[in-house]
Amino acid sequence: MSLARATSSELSKQFTTAIWWVLAIVLAVYVGISAAGIAAAIGAAASGVLTDTAGMDLPEGSTGMLYSVATTVGYVFPLLIGTLLVTGEFRHKTLTVTFLATPRRGTVLWAKVLAGAVMGVVYGVIALLVTVGGVAGVLALFGQDPELTSPDTWALLGRILIAYVLWVLVGIGTGLVIRNQVAAIVVVLAFTQFVEPLLRLGGSFVTGLADAARFLPGAASDALVGSSLFSAMAAGPDALPWWGGGAVLLGYAVVPLIIGHIFSWRRDVA
Amino acid sequence: MPDGQVLEFEDASKTFGRVAAVSGLTATIEPGVVTGFLGPNGAGKTTSLRMLLGLIRPTSGRARIGGKAYADLKDPLRTVGAALEATSFHPGRSAANHLTVFAKAAGIRRARVDEVLGLVGLADVAGRKVGGFSLGMRQRLALATALLGDPGVLVLDEPTNGLDPEGITWMRTLLRMFAREGRTVLVSSHLLGEVQQTADRLLIMSRGRLVYAGTLEELADPGESAALVDSPDRAALTEVLRGAGWEPEVLRSGLALRGVDPVEVGAVLAGTGVPLSLLTRRGPELEEVFLDLVNGVRAPRVTGAPVAAAEEAASDEPPQDDAPDTPAGEPGPTTEAPAGEPGPTTEGDGR
Repeated sequence: MSLARATSSELSKQFTTAIWWVLAIVLAVYVGISAAGIAAAIGAAASGVLTDTAGMDLPEGSTGMLYSVATTVGYVFPLLIGTLLVTGEFRHKTLTVTFLATPRRGTVLWAKVLAGAVMGVVYGVIALLVTVGGVAGVLALFGQDPELTSPDTWALLGRILIAYVLWVLVGIGTGLVIRNQVAAIVVVLAFTQFVEPLLRLGGSFVTGLADAARFLPGAASDALVGSSLFSAMAAGPDALPWWGGGAVLLGYAVVPLIIGHIFSWRRDVA
Repeated sequence: MPDGQVLEFEDASKTFGRVAAVSGLTATIEPGVVTGFLGPNGAGKTTSLRMLLGLIRPTSGRARIGGKAYADLKDPLRTVGAALEATSFHPGRSAANHLTVFAKAAGIRRARVDEVLGLVGLADVAGRKVGGFSLGMRQRLALATALLGDPGVLVLDEPTNGLDPEGITWMRTLLRMFAREGRTVLVSSHLLGEVQQTADRLLIMSRGRLVYAGTLEELADPGESAALVDSPDRAALTEVLRGAGWEPEVLRSGLALRGVDPVEVGAVLAGTGVPLSLLTRRGPELEEVFLDLVNGVRAPRVTGAPVAAAEEAASDEPPQDDAPDTPAGEPGPTTEAPAGEPGPTTEGDGR
């Protein structure tokens, strides 16, 4: 009962400030343009428009790779939303009222996890709409099959949704551990946009690193989804199986959540 | 409306690192009256309130609301309404949405949001973002948040901060009304004047310790009244008063003789030919008593607490209004005053 109320309170926190739709618009534009752009390049190449050769089919797995742009490019958005979901309370000191309304702190954290999962689905659906819409539209333009009738495609889209939910939870854990909002955002952006891509790129050249690089959060996310722009560009050892990737990503959510609950969430609110 | 609850601090202490923010606070706050919680900034008031509300875990001891810890309250927002600071709002959220968020957490119907907004006078700006609110408007919104659950207990930290004079009067009336309805009202302030007209009982803290618990009337020691005398010829007057062994304090309104009965002054001056323009009794200054307590010049007086009772006995022998002369050599707490402080020593001289 109190968890249901707390979750509904957390959700209304999400939808009563501007940040959710601002991020949603940026996500839609960024992911939509990326997906459609790459689809156009591949579609044009395959159809022979660029090379003036006879048209042929898309290479195997192309559509999956295109749809996975939703996570490969867009995963920073659910991660940010999750981070803000917690650090906003620290920053604006709203944690005081939150804990007054729901003094059981574990309940509040569970409510945030549940509300975060809902936000993950919301952002995931937005990302899928623009990705699938953009990619299928562009491919159709070049006379290519978007493979939307294939059950494999739909399974992949479902795994993208799961990845979005998990990324929000990773963000909540990150925000619990890095309580300063500005610091948390900087860390999230630096890691996702710079550190991890470098490490993964390094992993594709250095043999010893390759195995470890598969366990980076972004790599795990790609493994969960089952396709990635990244692995298409850089050859390496076999990615983790999709469930393995999902388990690793879940670990990146659960470990900081537990650490944060013990060392950060239960702290005095002064 | 839920009933007012008794609030209790049971030897509650909180240490931050090596700083003792609150030390051994024991106090009971009863329903039906306004209790003022006084002390300078940093005295430990906010820490105490946060311990009461389960936001800060006491290092030792505990705080109870109707015998329960805050976290164990079945319906916290309907039991206790708290306004701790006027800054805990998301600036991008509207006033109405801020209230809705927390109404949802407590299962309070949406209509109540509009009710409390009307009650605190924010109905017109309900849809505006809190980021654009003045401090006074934030205080009102904080109070509205506290009132959401129509609670029997109100805990307000410096609620008049940033309010205009009209708002302060409004807040006082509201608090008195809540107490009359049988609610428990605990209001903190760093100024005695803020709560003087509202509070029936006072808790005064200084440097983390409770230095006074009792009624507002008891705070003022009637033995500490002064004679206020003035003359167009102040020089002559001063001379006569000094001749009588008094040390007059020069005030704007005249010369004050602490602990001296105006009757005595009249008797001394009767034959001197000094023309008088004023001779009256000035009541004890609550503000002075308050500051003395806070600065440790005056011994703590905590009604009912055994430790303080012994110290209290020495100073608090209530002399009659007309007979301020207490037995000579009484070891009042004022003897602790540092040498050179003119105030307390004149009192001794006068006796």
